[in-house]
Amino acid sequence: MTVNDTSAVTVKDATALVRLTDVSKYYGNIRALQGVSLEVSAGEITCVLGDNGAGKSTLIKIIAGLHRHDSGSFEIEGEETVLANPRAALDHGIATVYQDLAVVPLMPVWRNFFLGSEPTRGRGPLRRLDVDLMRETTRAELLRMGIDLRDVDQPIGTLSGGERQCVAIARAVYFGAKVLVLDEPTAALGVKQSGVVLKYVAAARDAGLGVVLITHNPHHAHLVGDRFVLLKRGAMAGSHTRDSITLDELTRQMAGGSELDELSHELERVAESGPDRPSGTTRTPRDDTTR
Amino acid sequence: MSAPALADERLAPTSLVRRLLGRPELGAVVGAAAVFVFFSFAADSFLRASSLSTILYSASTIGIMAVPVALLMIGGEFDLSAGVMVTTSALISSMFSYQMTANVWVGVLVSLLITLAIGFFNGFMLTRTKLPSFIITLGTFLMLTGLNLGFTKLISGSVSTKTIADMEGFTSARALFASQWNVGSVTLKVTILWWLALVAVATWILLRTRAGNWIFAVGGGADAARATGVPVVKTRIGLYMGVALCAWISGQHILFSFDVVQSGEGVGNEFLYIIAAVIGGCLMTGGYGSAIGSAVGAFIFGMTSNGIVYAQWNPDWFKFFLGAMLLLATLLNAWVRKRAEAK
Repeated sequence: MTVNDTSAVTVKDATALVRLTDVSKYYGNIRALQGVSLEVSAGEITCVLGDNGAGKSTLIKIIAGLHRHDSGSFEIEGEETVLANPRAALDHGIATVYQDLAVVPLMPVWRNFFLGSEPTRGRGPLRRLDVDLMRETTRAELLRMGIDLRDVDQPIGTLSGGERQCVAIARAVYFGAKVLVLDEPTAALGVKQSGVVLKYVAAARDAGLGVVLITHNPHHAHLVGDRFVLLKRGAMAGSHTRDSITLDELTRQMAGGSELDELSHELERVAESGPDRPSGTTRTPRDDTTR
Repeated sequence: MSAPALADERLAPTSLVRRLLGRPELGAVVGAAAVFVFFSFAADSFLRASSLSTILYSASTIGIMAVPVALLMIGGEFDLSAGVMVTTSALISSMFSYQMTANVWVGVLVSLLITLAIGFFNGFMLTRTKLPSFIITLGTFLMLTGLNLGFTKLISGSVSTKTIADMEGFTSARALFASQWNVGSVTLKVTILWWLALVAVATWILLRTRAGNWIFAVGGGADAARATGVPVVKTRIGLYMGVALCAWISGQHILFSFDVVQSGEGVGNEFLYIIAAVIGGCLMTGGYGSAIGSAVGAFIFGMTSNGIVYAQWNPDWFKFFLGAMLLLATLLNAWVRKRAEAK
């Protein structure tokens, strides 16, 4: 366990909604995360970039309250906190939108929208879901963010990836999140849908939320980000503000710089030895039609 | 629905048929109609009022348990101990009252507490160990089967309990759990009321309360439920205690209808409850189903088990019918699920 660097605490910025300082996490003897620091303030987007296995998921789980960090400090609005569970994170105003979106595919959109925070009316045994409010709010909230849903009664599993992403973000915004944590919101989306989601993210920022955007796409990150934290194999590989780094530099660092050069040489070599390619890999038009 | 001021061109007007297809009970209702028509022709006495009341009674005995089992299954779990738990509950109230020479109601309440504790045990073990519910409740099933026989022989000296019909409080308890009314030639039993009330309460819980939303979520995506702040552990334990509560009702009915309890009873009934729930549209994998469906499933069970007798067939055929119906229902459910999850 590392000892907290007390000098870092004394210069803390009072406006930070969430601040991680030198946070580490171990799964048994596996080091998932070591010495990672990150902060996000209101009206700011902090991007966490990293390749697969860089520790992005672990970081998100700590912020969301699914896992506890083993060392380092986790402050919410300046107060040292250990989150017991996701509910505690929500109570602190930290809403997380996971890659799997935390939706239940078989349930209608409106039930998913309010899952875990259902409004009720009546008392005692007559305490019941306010179904009309739930339906109407879902429809209105989604419309307000530009999603015109065909039918809020359809199972959420029948929506497209972008629509589901938007429902999940709209849900977090509606429930008064102060900090929005987005896990690869554009990973499975096309160019146009990614644009829609990024516009949302910017809209959430403009509404005064602090956003933690996890991604492995430096282009998306640089479009909206104010701060960039780079992760590599569970450790910090860099921390930059928007002014101090260009898209090209971000892309280069993200891809591992020299590793990318090496890769391009390797690919060239493969291309030169083209005739040796096994014939089985050649695509014929039939491949496309018989799939 | 409010008047569509801004008609959405993407939303094709849903026909009644399509809407019905989206209901979990659909398969069961169609099946029930088919079985009803079939036995109406196959057995002359099937349509008599007295036969129908017998059918309703046997449907209610399964149905009372099928309701919580359906809820549990929507929550994504099984309870293999549900069948013997009914017997356990009856044995406890009978033997406690007899041994303590207490008012029967004392035994009934003690039985309620112990049965709920068994349900809590199932749910607690499941959520704590994270083992499949199949294993946990199989263990409870075997343990209860052994305890039922062992304790009964130890205390009563035989495989059945002593009669408690002459004890204080028996009449009032019988009125609550096992009374019946004669309406003309028809005998209506109180279990039918218990059954209908349970279906109504369970439907209310499922569709109109937060707990209901949580049950669907826990069965349809436990990780998503946990991430959105749904109390997954409490929901699961609550579902098992619901099964226990209904096992208690069912057990008291058996005790007060027959005065004595056979300690080996109840084994195998857990499957009848599960079958009723599955025929009623519950997905084996959780997240989808209804309490009304389980009632229709139980009604199909009642019609088939009695219809075969009225048609004067060999009752051996009954199990075949039940099995075929289960297969058909499961196929239909799989199709529904595919439709609902289509991206």
